Amino acid sequence: MALDLSTSLGPVTLPNPVMTASGCAANGKELARFFDVDRLGAFVTKTVMAQPRSGRGTPRMAETPSGMLNSIGLQGPGIAAFCAGDLPMLKDLGARVLVSIAGGTSTEFADVAAHLRESAAFDCVVGVEVNISCPNVANRGQVFACDPLSSAKVVALVREQLPRDTPVIAKLSPDVTDIVSIAQSCVKAGATGLTMINTLLGVVIDTETLRPALYAVTGGLSGPAIRPVAVRAVWQVAAAMREGRLPTVPIIGVGGVRTGRDALELVAAGAAAVQVGTATFNDPTAPVRVLEELAALVAGKGFTRFTDVVGVAHDRT
Amino acid sequence: MSPVAQVRAAELIATRRAGAYHHVTFVAPGIAESARPGQFVAVAVGGPTSANLLRRAFSIHKVTPSGTYGGTVDLVISAKGAGTQWLTALRAHDTTDIVGPLGRPFPLPAEAAPCVLVGGGYGSAPLFWLAAALKERGCQAHLVLGAATESRLFGVVDARRAGDSVHVTTDDGTAGTKGTVAAVLPAVFRETGAVVAYACGPMGMLRSVTEISAAHGAVAQVAVEEAMACGVGVCMTCVIPVTGNDGLTRMVRSCAEGPVFRGDRIRWDAFDGGRCTVPEDAVGAQAMRSH
Repeated sequence: MALDLSTSLGPVTLPNPVMTASGCAANGKELARFFDVDRLGAFVTKTVMAQPRSGRGTPRMAETPSGMLNSIGLQGPGIAAFCAGDLPMLKDLGARVLVSIAGGTSTEFADVAAHLRESAAFDCVVGVEVNISCPNVANRGQVFACDPLSSAKVVALVREQLPRDTPVIAKLSPDVTDIVSIAQSCVKAGATGLTMINTLLGVVIDTETLRPALYAVTGGLSGPAIRPVAVRAVWQVAAAMREGRLPTVPIIGVGGVRTGRDALELVAAGAAAVQVGTATFNDPTAPVRVLEELAALVAGKGFTRFTDVVGVAHDRT
Repeated sequence: MSPVAQVRAAELIATRRAGAYHHVTFVAPGIAESARPGQFVAVAVGGPTSANLLRRAFSIHKVTPSGTYGGTVDLVISAKGAGTQWLTALRAHDTTDIVGPLGRPFPLPAEAAPCVLVGGGYGSAPLFWLAAALKERGCQAHLVLGAATESRLFGVVDARRAGDSVHVTTDDGTAGTKGTVAAVLPAVFRETGAVVAYACGPMGMLRSVTEISAAHGAVAQVAVEEAMACGVGVCMTCVIPVTGNDGLTRMVRSCAEGPVFRGDRIRWDAFDGGRCTVPEDAVGAQAMRSH
């Protein structure tokens, strides 16, 4: 029997559950040389802020065991240029776009969302991912997503700026004591979904020079090395939803997905969609390859609807 | 963007030592046919479950579009880390995943003109192929190869075949003139009347070539060797500050906007000790200060 891969992001239904991850796919034209980006459930753009940003100095990257540390510093064109160039280009490619936004203040988040809403290409936007958890910001690690009140304020202000039927998805950091409390706060403030996880804060020392390997000293750790942390975060929040400790909203799992098998872990732990990030650096076709592998695995286990696998591991403990 | 191929199982058909380096040949149809001198490939290392996820970028040494095995691509590798050691340990018929051709090639002069080609260490790898392309256009190609020591020179024999003249320098004097390429470049410019310099090698050498070229009224086209995670334009790690036609400096990707840049457009003042600081006047530098 044919497998129904469609999945729901609340008000929006996607044809399949696999996406790029923000900051790992640029804004579409580079990967379009390797596959048709409309094959993905959604294309997640690199986080855009209000103003153009140069990003940080170099080195910005250090390879780590089964992963990498990065400190790009949210380099980007700013929301005006994004709306004038990147978003219409993605629309032309037929992409369903999940736009990742950020701000240095909660007001900046709201301003970026307001600008986005006015974009002529807004009809290709299937949601807004609110990046409250990028570690590469000035206050190193003390991101919005470390504090329930700051998280809620950002989410509420962004929510106000967007149409009711536009999903607002908060991207959370694993570098917190209790991710469930942050998730509760975001959903209460109007988040219609959660993306878990952003990178973990790390440092690599260059043992030849005995200096920090990255220009900015700290960076975000990503790649297969962090996958169990992502599965744990998705598991904990999905379990809390099942226990009624917070309303049930779609979870997008991200962290260390390299294969369909890896994606299935996040799905079984409770993710209704999965993003492929660092693996794209290793294999530019990774997002569509993961989609194919995931579909084959799910079908091979006898499921006819992808959504039946979401969170299934909670019933098998 | 220019077309690019991913060869998932590029077969190694030859590997040999070349001084301190390894010279390897892969069957890579789809890459060999469209590649031009100065472009590079991004090579996966360690196999499909490798703990080394990041691709290694190598300037293409030469291509044979229609060899016995189909199109082949030759690379020169310095085995200095886990990934390059894995690559140089490959044996005939082993495979890896190669993406390319990537980046912008060396721009060739519109008219016949004398050119000087400068390679630092194995940075000389693409220059012989470039020399052949220049000579096809009626340009003279004068080669200058420099390295720390004789074993770290690459392609001196190839250079004698490909170049109209060849100069060799080593820091320790084990081959050619003792010193860096800067020791011989002014004389090469004077003797040849070169109006274009092409260079590939470490940042310090590229800066030096740029300055000496400018002093002799020549344009320098330099290929940078920045560390990259992906090679295909998505990771934003390989950026350098470059001034555009509008006079504004931006942090641009070596893999996509480069790796070849006009030397006088690179903000050399930003580089120091293996690090690059974003110039204060760069586009978007202001926004970095607030948060």
